[in-house]
Amino acid sequence: MTNKAQIEIRTSPHAHSGADVVQIMRTVALALLPLAGWGVWRYGLSAALLLLTTLLGCLLAERLFNRMRGQPSSLGDWSAVITGLLLGLSLPPGFPLWMGLVAAFAAIGLGKALFGGLGMNPLNPALVGRAFVQAAFPAAITTWTPALFDGRFTNPVPSTLAWPFLRPDDIGPWLHERAVDGFTGATPLALMKYEGQSIPLTDLLMGGGAGSIGEAALLILVCGLFLAFKRMLDWRIPVSIMASTALFAWLAQLFDPSAPGPLIMLCSGGLMLGAWFMATDMVGSPMTPLGVLIYGVLIGFVTEVIRLFGGLGEGVMYAILLGNAAAPLIDQWTQPRVFGAAKARTSASARKSA
Amino acid sequence: MSLHNPHIDWQTFTDGLWKENPVFVMLLGMCPVLAVTNSAINALAMGLATTFVLLASGLLVSLLRHQIPKQVRIATYILIIATFVTIVDYLIQAISLELYNALGAFIQLIVVNCMILGRAEAYASKHRVAKSLLNALGMGLGFTFALLCLGVVREVLGAGSLFGVDLFGSQFEPWVVMVLPPGGFIVLGGWLLLFEWLRERRAAAQLEKEAARAR
Repeated sequence: MTNKAQIEIRTSPHAHSGADVVQIMRTVALALLPLAGWGVWRYGLSAALLLLTTLLGCLLAERLFNRMRGQPSSLGDWSAVITGLLLGLSLPPGFPLWMGLVAAFAAIGLGKALFGGLGMNPLNPALVGRAFVQAAFPAAITTWTPALFDGRFTNPVPSTLAWPFLRPDDIGPWLHERAVDGFTGATPLALMKYEGQSIPLTDLLMGGGAGSIGEAALLILVCGLFLAFKRMLDWRIPVSIMASTALFAWLAQLFDPSAPGPLIMLCSGGLMLGAWFMATDMVGSPMTPLGVLIYGVLIGFVTEVIRLFGGLGEGVMYAILLGNAAAPLIDQWTQPRVFGAAKARTSASARKSA
Repeated sequence: MSLHNPHIDWQTFTDGLWKENPVFVMLLGMCPVLAVTNSAINALAMGLATTFVLLASGLLVSLLRHQIPKQVRIATYILIIATFVTIVDYLIQAISLELYNALGAFIQLIVVNCMILGRAEAYASKHRVAKSLLNALGMGLGFTFALLCLGVVREVLGAGSLFGVDLFGSQFEPWVVMVLPPGGFIVLGGWLLLFEWLRERRAAAQLEKEAARAR
């Protein structure tokens, strides 16, 4: 044992920026806090309870599945916190809490633990959870409540406190009591799509109308830019998603002037939240620079197609899930050439020379 | 009935129930497993229908195993199976038209259930009648058990009832996804996970016990 080699052998990367997984995750979670705060201010107690439920649900599920798999606790890597916050932010404020808990368990269980935990999940866990409850409770997840109503900090929306497994009460009478003028319970996109109404852009930017807790385009942009400057997310992903969405919206408007324009498309629905915080999930997005662009354009395109032609008003969730699923394929197509290696030949030219 | 009768092999019966369960271990016959388990009663009916076809075709294949020429055996098995599927088809239609409509084309599709053909080819054509019948019964009950496992979960969550009996009252919020095809995949995955987890735990406990004995 005396002449044991003193050289330490490691695989790349050798130069490290210093930010490890925990640091990145913690920063992303911090960047989500202003959004959560803004959502709570606008939607009151219901939003706070729902965010708390999804957060605790995700942590609980993470611990449970850790134990089932005989692993040490992975609560410390903050990824479950992000999943919980993102999931809560993507749900409507009046969503029943027990459904929020179901969504949290679906997110961590189906989206993450099943594939082997953090770093193995092909799809964004928060979106898997949301897609599950969208398929399970289609009515509850499309019931929207108005923002900034009176008494929002003392009384939750009645549907929030529905008993487990039971249908939430109809919030119609409650809305009537609040006498929220002109509130139709439809999101800006649905209003445009089905009723031909347009929404003032300022409402969209601040998240004034009906929508998910975290739908405040301007604030998302600020938080996202903060992360991009800290190099904790790949700026190419949101930029390419936004650019392609705008481009396709502009094209659609050329053919049909009544279609929503680029600015509305960008600021409505979950596009901003999805583009900055969900599509940028480091596990589910491609790794090569070109691949990232293809990924972004694909998400933008699918979003447009679903929003314009699909049965649903919004489409960012499915677009990102589809993009996540395509990411390994995109990575394979866009492998950069190894430095110094011969240029890869196409099969046709290979056959010719053979 | 003696347990030591050489013609009666209880092992082959119990294997089908658990150790070689056609659904949870061999993953055969996935089409009916996923398609008709949206309620417990559908699952039970499909399981029993399949068990009947298994038993009857197992009996006939085993009886005729020396007469069937090797070259055309698959076609012969299919013909035998199809005969009994036709019988089941008419039987269910006669007993309950509602059930018949709920199960739809999947009754006729029992013909192409690879588990039945697999039993005929791998077991009934090589064993005596009594053994073949026991094997078919084990497999059929194992199949029914698996279908019921899926059907119960999907009906309770997807409709709030069990065998048509309301469990939660009228306020129940159904999990729509559970009665849709994705629900079938999710619940099947869940059961597979649970059984594999149990199996692994038991194997680990076994290993530990042996290690302790060796010490």
